[in-house]
Amino acid sequence: MIDVQNVTKSFGSFGALRGVSLHVDKGDVVAILGPSGSGKTTLLRCINYLEIADSGTMTFDGESFDMHSISKKDISRLRRKTAFVFQNYNLFLNKTVLQNVTEGLIIARKVPKEAAEKKAIAALEKVGMADRLDSFPSQLSGGQQQRVAIARALAADPEIIYFDEPTSALDPELIGEVLSVMRDLAKEGMTMLVVTHEMNFARNVSNKVIFMENGQVIESADSKTFFENPKEERTKLFIQTIQSGRE
Amino acid sequence: MNEKLLQLLIDSFWKILIAGIRVTIPLAMLSFLFALVIAVLVAVIQYANIKVLRPFIRFYIWIIRGTPLLVQLYVVFYGLPSIGIVLPAFPSAVFCLAVNEGAYMAESMRAALEAVPKGQLEAGYCVGMSYWQIMRRIILPQAFRTAFPSLSNSFISMIKSTSMASTITVTEMLRQTQIINGRVYQSFALYMEVGLVYLIFCTVLTWLQSYGEKKLSAYGGTR
Ligand SMILES: Nc1ncnc2c1ncn2[C@@H]1O[C@H](COP(=O)(O)OP(=O)(O)OP(=O)(O)O)[C@@H](O)[C@H]1O
Ligand SMILES: [Mg+2]
Repeated sequence: MIDVQNVTKSFGSFGALRGVSLHVDKGDVVAILGPSGSGKTTLLRCINYLEIADSGTMTFDGESFDMHSISKKDISRLRRKTAFVFQNYNLFLNKTVLQNVTEGLIIARKVPKEAAEKKAIAALEKVGMADRLDSFPSQLSGGQQQRVAIARALAADPEIIYFDEPTSALDPELIGEVLSVMRDLAKEGMTMLVVTHEMNFARNVSNKVIFMENGQVIESADSKTFFENPKEERTKLFIQTIQSGRE
Repeated sequence: MNEKLLQLLIDSFWKILIAGIRVTIPLAMLSFLFALVIAVLVAVIQYANIKVLRPFIRFYIWIIRGTPLLVQLYVVFYGLPSIGIVLPAFPSAVFCLAVNEGAYMAESMRAALEAVPKGQLEAGYCVGMSYWQIMRRIILPQAFRTAFPSLSNSFISMIKSTSMASTITVTEMLRQTQIINGRVYQSFALYMEVGLVYLIFCTVLTWLQSYGEKKLSAYGGTR
């Protein structure tokens, strides 16, 4: 469904992405792992054009784009097929829970208000937030805000949802509720590309894992192989550190 | 205080108040409205970094900051006719007050725009909205809320600034007072009185302002 080849991105003289390629099929849940500063966020932002890559090609549903010279029109066309969940939620602060979900439908996609609200409520029910329709983001916990953000992503029926460390900003006791929503989505066959530090999620929910370091993909495998039979030394070390850090 | 003076003060109080309601308030409100339009335009141009317009904005702010309102009023009302542009007194006052206060309000608006978290724009992009849709529906409303206290301060200061329009023959409260004083020569009492009316106006507005701030924060959080 999505194929990305040789993405590069520099900030000044620093190469944050140095030729990254990845492939996502419909129904895949791909976890992107890697130490801090390895370029995971930058990769996701380039894939959704919040950041314009220096070079790279993307094939989305069989259509190819040059990631550096892509037109604004194509960007907004692609964005209509995708959704993004941010580490710090980024709910619209001046909108209620319901409005947060309907806003994009009504304003960007011209869905009639009633249909949009119906869709939004269905999405909010899925994440267990339909009882807080009229709350403002500032009245919600981090976990609740992130669930609303996921509902906002879902409501537009995206072909893929990008997640950038959706649980990293949360208090430990709130992580579970967000992960369980994501697990449900995975079960329903939603295609997801997830930057995460949650090893359990990567191991048990995702079917593919990409391990990044220094702006490059070190290893890319299905998740069983990745954890049980990693090829690269660097990957083994990483998995070891993670496990020793936890046990 | 003798009875005659008291009666004068009572009679003039109504005359001044009526001038206030008929002229000062509309002048302030109209000027404020235009100033707000100018401020939003200027702030958005700066925030959105529309490069071709930036030199004009800088020039405008430079002129307004560096010259007194009184001189601006004189130039527009007494000066412009000599090059063939004749504006009546009231529109001249509205023009100058709006252009003047607009420059200062633009700064508050710009600061408020910049205080809106960057993620709001990105979240808007990701749900498919365009820059101007996000600006209008997400960023500007949040900025207005942030700027509310300083914008209402500007309105209060506008009420006081309208007194300068007396110098270009607009019969607002101060000029009304001058006219009355021209007949009765009670400078101290009358100017104290008009000061009191300004004080009442501004006090009421300050109340409204804190009511408005409470109302806005009722949506929760500090935004
Ligand atoms: N806008 C920017 N300007 C300059 N440098 C940047 C910018 N964004 C990212 N970087 C740099 O690029 C590198 C990769 O950053 P990125 O945020 O993609 O890492 P990450 O893998 O997401 O890390 P983390 O796990 O901490 O979120 C970092 O060294 C970072 O400092
Ligand atoms: Mg990151």
